[in-house]
Amino acid sequence: MDAKPLWLLAELTYKCPLQCPYCSNPLDFAGSRFKHELTTEEWSRVFREAQALGVLQLGLSGGEPLLRPDLESLVATAQQLGLYTSLITSAHRLTQDRLAALKRAGLDHVQISVQAADAELSDRIAGTRAYRDKLAAYHFAKELGFPLTVNVVLHRENLHQVEALIRLAESLGAERIELANTQFYGWAFHNRDALMPTKAQLDAAWQVVLRERARLGSRLEIVWVLPDYHEQFPKPCMGGWGRAYMTVTPAGEVWPCQAAGGITTLTFENVRDRSLEWIWHQSDAFNRFRGEAWMPEPCRSCARRTVDFGGCRCQAFLVAGDAALTDPVCSLAPHRHVIDAAVTQVERAAAARVEPTALTYRAAPASRALAAKG
Amino acid sequence: MNPAPAAAVPRLHPKARLQRDEVRGRDVLLYPEGLVTLNPTGAEILGLCDGVRSVADIVAALEQRYGASGLEQDVMSFLDGLGAKGLVIYGR
Repeated sequence: MDAKPLWLLAELTYKCPLQCPYCSNPLDFAGSRFKHELTTEEWSRVFREAQALGVLQLGLSGGEPLLRPDLESLVATAQQLGLYTSLITSAHRLTQDRLAALKRAGLDHVQISVQAADAELSDRIAGTRAYRDKLAAYHFAKELGFPLTVNVVLHRENLHQVEALIRLAESLGAERIELANTQFYGWAFHNRDALMPTKAQLDAAWQVVLRERARLGSRLEIVWVLPDYHEQFPKPCMGGWGRAYMTVTPAGEVWPCQAAGGITTLTFENVRDRSLEWIWHQSDAFNRFRGEAWMPEPCRSCARRTVDFGGCRCQAFLVAGDAALTDPVCSLAPHRHVIDAAVTQVERAAAARVEPTALTYRAAPASRALAAKG
Repeated sequence: MNPAPAAAVPRLHPKARLQRDEVRGRDVLLYPEGLVTLNPTGAEILGLCDGVRSVADIVAALEQRYGASGLEQDVMSFLDGLGAKGLVIYGR
């Protein structure tokens, strides 16, 4: 098996000026586990080790990666290593000068999030005035010749804007728009009942995507990240556990995906103690769900096990209480009824026009309060 | 998408980068959130896509290099495949 990683997501910091209630960062991001951020030298070593291990694609993310003053230097290191480097940013306070410096350092691609198609809703979801900076940054990115991805997390509050969002990306000259239906981990899981859309909303948005794809062809790539609670089969999460992808957290823990750190039954190694190569090949966390030997029924005897790899381990842990079970999204999974109940509750509440519960915004005080509650 | 005529001048879209994958001993085309694995011939064709040579020039260069003929269909279908992904574009 060619178990060499292709992708590294470097979460440079969990500090962020935005407070999106679906943030993929851990609920306890403000805690001691993530406090001591890797230095410039440590990140550079991580990038070198990643390249030697087979990584070709590097995502610089967070939190907000622009808050790292050494970002330009990290990009330059990645460029020297031949990594295709993407900046995944909110673009808050991003100036043209800084983006130009990142371009000179060798940055390949810029992905800028937007929370909605208009300033009012976008700023409300972000919990801060961010929309104006984002629009300016999109223009800077195009003026500097960057390939540009517009990224939007979709949920009940903004799904009706899918057409406006696609038109926005088109007018900006973006290469891609990523319409990412909320995946329920971290803050999004905590806020699930308020974020989950109805089936009717999803169906309407999907029709727009089909129509716009036909209209735009290869001019604008429209990526639609599936709302998996509404699917029959699970997503092939990360293309399989420990097959192609890894995340390094701000303080150096290495995870098989962005959410895996929440699986409390696994112990994660740190790049400060071990080489990336050892962690990838030897660590228990990366080996636990590799291949098929770990699979329970119904996965073990299922023809789809080579298609979806049993789905998502984090979802099994969060929803079914055991990371080694079949992803409960699967219609064949013993815990599918838990997913169905969550979906049904949202449908009923929407039909009865019940106001959803208030969102908990992603912020350090809320993080500490949730951590204290356990 | 219609196939490009032989006189068209192909080049890599600026978002794409040809890169040697030393670890796996192959060439790859990297682009935002993706990659295409290239066989040696594919890498050679892309190496000739310099924004000056036309498809016909590239075919002629390859045919001369290998003492072969009739490579036009192979080159065109390879470039069309990447064109459909928006990774190869036409025009100087």
